[in-house]
Amino acid sequence: MPVFDKKDKSRYTAFTRRTLGVGGGMSLVFAVLAGRLYQLQIRDGEEYLTASEDNRVSQRPIAPPRGRILDRFGAEMATNRRNYRVMIVAEQAKQGVRQALDQIGKVIQLSDLQKKKILADVAKNKKFVPVPVVENLSWEEFSRINLHLPYLPGVQPDVGETRDYPFGKEMVHVLGYVASVSQDDLKDDTDPLLDLPGYRIGKRGIEKAFDREVRGQAGDSRVEVNAYGRIVRELGKNAGEPGQDVWLTIDCELQRFADQRLGEESAACVVMDVDTGHVLSLSSTPGFDPNWFNVGLSGPQWRDLTTSDYKPLLNKVMGGTYPPGSTFKPAVALAAVEAGIATPDFRVNCNGVYNFGGHAFHCWQRKGHGALDIEGALKNSCDVFFYETSRRLGIDKIEAAARLLGLGAPTGIELPGERSGLIPSRAWKQKTYNWAWQQGDTISIAIGQGYVTATPLQLCQMAARVASGKQVSARMVHSVGDKVMDLAAAPHLPVSDEALAVVRAGMDKVCNEPGGTSFAWRINEPGFEMAGKTGTAQVRVYSKEERARGLTNNANLAWKLRDHALFIGYAPVNNPKYAIVCMIEHGATPPHPHCQMARDILLFAQKRDTVGRPTAYPVKSAAIRGTTRGAQNETSGKEPG
Amino acid sequence: MALRAYAAAKRTLSVVDKLQEMNWGLVLLITLVAGAGVVMLYSVAGGQMQPWALSQLLKFLMGLFVLVAVATIDIRIWMSLAYPAYGVALLLLVAVVAMGHVGMGAQRWVSLGGFDLQPSELMKISLVLALARFLHGKSVEDVSKPLNLMLALSMIAVPAIFVVLQPNLGTTLIIVADGCALLFLAGLSWWWIGPALGAVAAAIPLTWEFLLHDYQRHRVETFLDPGSDALGKGWNITQAKIAIGSGGLTGKGFLEGTQSRLNFLPEKQTDFIWTAICEEFGFVGALAILILFGMILFYGLQTAMSARSQFARLLAMGVTLNFFFYIMINGAMVMGLIPVVGIPMPLLSYGGSAMLTVMFGFGLLMSVHIHRQVEIPRHSGGII
Repeated sequence: MPVFDKKDKSRYTAFTRRTLGVGGGMSLVFAVLAGRLYQLQIRDGEEYLTASEDNRVSQRPIAPPRGRILDRFGAEMATNRRNYRVMIVAEQAKQGVRQALDQIGKVIQLSDLQKKKILADVAKNKKFVPVPVVENLSWEEFSRINLHLPYLPGVQPDVGETRDYPFGKEMVHVLGYVASVSQDDLKDDTDPLLDLPGYRIGKRGIEKAFDREVRGQAGDSRVEVNAYGRIVRELGKNAGEPGQDVWLTIDCELQRFADQRLGEESAACVVMDVDTGHVLSLSSTPGFDPNWFNVGLSGPQWRDLTTSDYKPLLNKVMGGTYPPGSTFKPAVALAAVEAGIATPDFRVNCNGVYNFGGHAFHCWQRKGHGALDIEGALKNSCDVFFYETSRRLGIDKIEAAARLLGLGAPTGIELPGERSGLIPSRAWKQKTYNWAWQQGDTISIAIGQGYVTATPLQLCQMAARVASGKQVSARMVHSVGDKVMDLAAAPHLPVSDEALAVVRAGMDKVCNEPGGTSFAWRINEPGFEMAGKTGTAQVRVYSKEERARGLTNNANLAWKLRDHALFIGYAPVNNPKYAIVCMIEHGATPPHPHCQMARDILLFAQKRDTVGRPTAYPVKSAAIRGTTRGAQNETSGKEPG
Repeated sequence: MALRAYAAAKRTLSVVDKLQEMNWGLVLLITLVAGAGVVMLYSVAGGQMQPWALSQLLKFLMGLFVLVAVATIDIRIWMSLAYPAYGVALLLLVAVVAMGHVGMGAQRWVSLGGFDLQPSELMKISLVLALARFLHGKSVEDVSKPLNLMLALSMIAVPAIFVVLQPNLGTTLIIVADGCALLFLAGLSWWWIGPALGAVAAAIPLTWEFLLHDYQRHRVETFLDPGSDALGKGWNITQAKIAIGSGGLTGKGFLEGTQSRLNFLPEKQTDFIWTAICEEFGFVGALAILILFGMILFYGLQTAMSARSQFARLLAMGVTLNFFFYIMINGAMVMGLIPVVGIPMPLLSYGGSAMLTVMFGFGLLMSVHIHRQVEIPRHSGGII
């Protein structure tokens, strides 16, 4: 058999031909592949490059340091401190997160509740995201964790920043506090910072009012992420704008003194610069430590705060309204002099009771004061005098004078939650009760009872206006960053100097003339004397029977039924610099601690010379200071005591 | 040369002669491509030899040894081994379906004394050997005879059925395509080919409806509309296209491929290695690799056409086409031209089984080249 035959030849030809055909097909396929490469890489290359950048780069917000809050002398009232904390990374915790937490629990204290919360947090986040285990560790605890790290896989020590309030509860009603972002906060705020885990924003006080300024501008970090979202490296960083510092007109030392002086009472106290309205001290007790909110409040702690009769969460200074009681009398007196009723010869005879419209209105002094002029009426706080005077004045003039002194409208202080109190008018009563104003209504108003209410801050502002004769408004923020928040210099009150002089003289006698309602608690040091007006605000109407049984004596009543005790004043009497209000809820009991507090605080302020000391503001205000001080006060000379 | 050719024909070449006869140019091309693969594996591991590059290098070196060893074995010995090899491969295939363990969601491996073997890989080579041997004895007229055709088709169909049962659609496609291509090259009449193509076209909708697994159908669906499942199954295609496209003309640079390094690419070290090359070396780099592939294929065609025996010719073409189908399917898949099928890029993708199969195939091709002058009578050794 031959090795080759014709058949071999024919199939060789067929093979070669078809192989060449296959080769052609291969070339075609390669051309398609190359064409596809061209299409993807050259024609659409730009588009895909963008897509790959989008894939790999992720922007994450960085929280800038929160601005500080400082007092007028530069003391830090709110600042940031290092927050030693421990984080856990679920995927690195080899034996599981629960075991890791048990291990941590052997080194530092960790409650079952905390553990449960951490486990829930871990479940919410991706496995490589560090979740905080404990924050605000002491250095000692932090060191202990670091020492045990080799036996704690997945546990990361970390140093963050947290808000710090060095003065704790003493400043809480000024500063407020920061806490976690709530759903409500997210409604009208699109700042990317709010989405950061663990971010805190201002919830009360200055922290809330100036949150945007203090917060700063979110920075961002451009990071390269892999397909699972894990950060591989940082590509670029923009630190953002640090928050601006807020400079307050507060004097920390004065406020601390005031707060300590108020003690455990449910009380409020404000000290104000009479010429500028700058608040130098603003206390509402009891307070609470804003630093608690860093760690998180326990259930019982929060319950105590919300259910206590003393309302520690309420800033009573501008969030509480009270009948001003006799501290309203200076407003009535001012109206009376302006109206020409209370002339130097005008006298009202007080026999302890005033009958009007078939109703007996009592004076606090049941045996009566006898014949009094207006200064004597202020000095003795004679109710009958003011019943009669107000009857003659009518509500309209009283309302006008009260509004002139800043009552019945918010002062505009930079704290959230200010209430406006109430100065009633004919129109108001008609609208509210659909009933015409009665003269009997006016008689209650005369002694600061009835419909009239005011916040302690308004009363302090009133005292400042009386003392300086200027229409000052309560303010406590001097500057934010390098922007001064000055108002235009306060205009003079549109009342006669004579009327102011009469009111001042009456308030002087309250403290400095024997028999004055606050004579026992006067400042006895020459040059520091104060003027003032006491007030007792009934929280309910006494019945005839109760009066008969002597139940108006507060010491015999339950705390909640007792009268509020108020005092407004200013000092020094001849050249006023400081105005004050002291109010103790249900505190009208014999030792009259509110008068003592006011005396001590005013004396402290004067001796410390809060308004005279050079301030540490980074930018100086131009507008307010520089107006002449004291010239118009020369007339309020001290009457011989 | 003439002397050596004569000696070769007479089966008297020494091993040294054979080594000298080897087409070292082809070996160089293979080494270049495989080298590029090792470099890419180094890159996708984030600039590390571990876990892939070093291992791949060792496998390639082992493969080179296999290539040389296979090449020096006489073509007639391979011819006589063709049927036994086919039988063994078929048995292993049955075994893997019956008891093989599951890898990547499919039964593809069988454990042989601690060494994981993919019988489907073995079958690709064995089928080429067996078909080449079967067709060696058939003239152009014989090939088109119904009985012979049926036998040849059964030789293709039986292993194809077992591979598709694993299930491994990609390899099945290659086995069937390779087998049919050999029938075509052996001179199958157009009277058969025409109707067959028509039948295949008609069978596609039926296959879709009854034969494909859900996951296979899903792949096709996502291929047709990758956006429909952008984070699920469409993810692979979309991300692969982004990787390739973002390479642009010259690429992002060695070790700078963000898509692969940041794990946006699935299976970046195996099936999707091509996308990493495109990303880091761009159009220029990818085209260079395509040209290298083209040159290898050209050598394959040339070797096939220069061989004097039909067995050698068909064997050479079978191996060459096998290599080509890998490139075509993988390339088209990662570039979004066809649905995702699990086929690696030969010489580039990480994996020992595929590397050994490919190098074994090149060994056979080289054996054909060395023994191209050997004449084997049409009726010699024909058992069937």
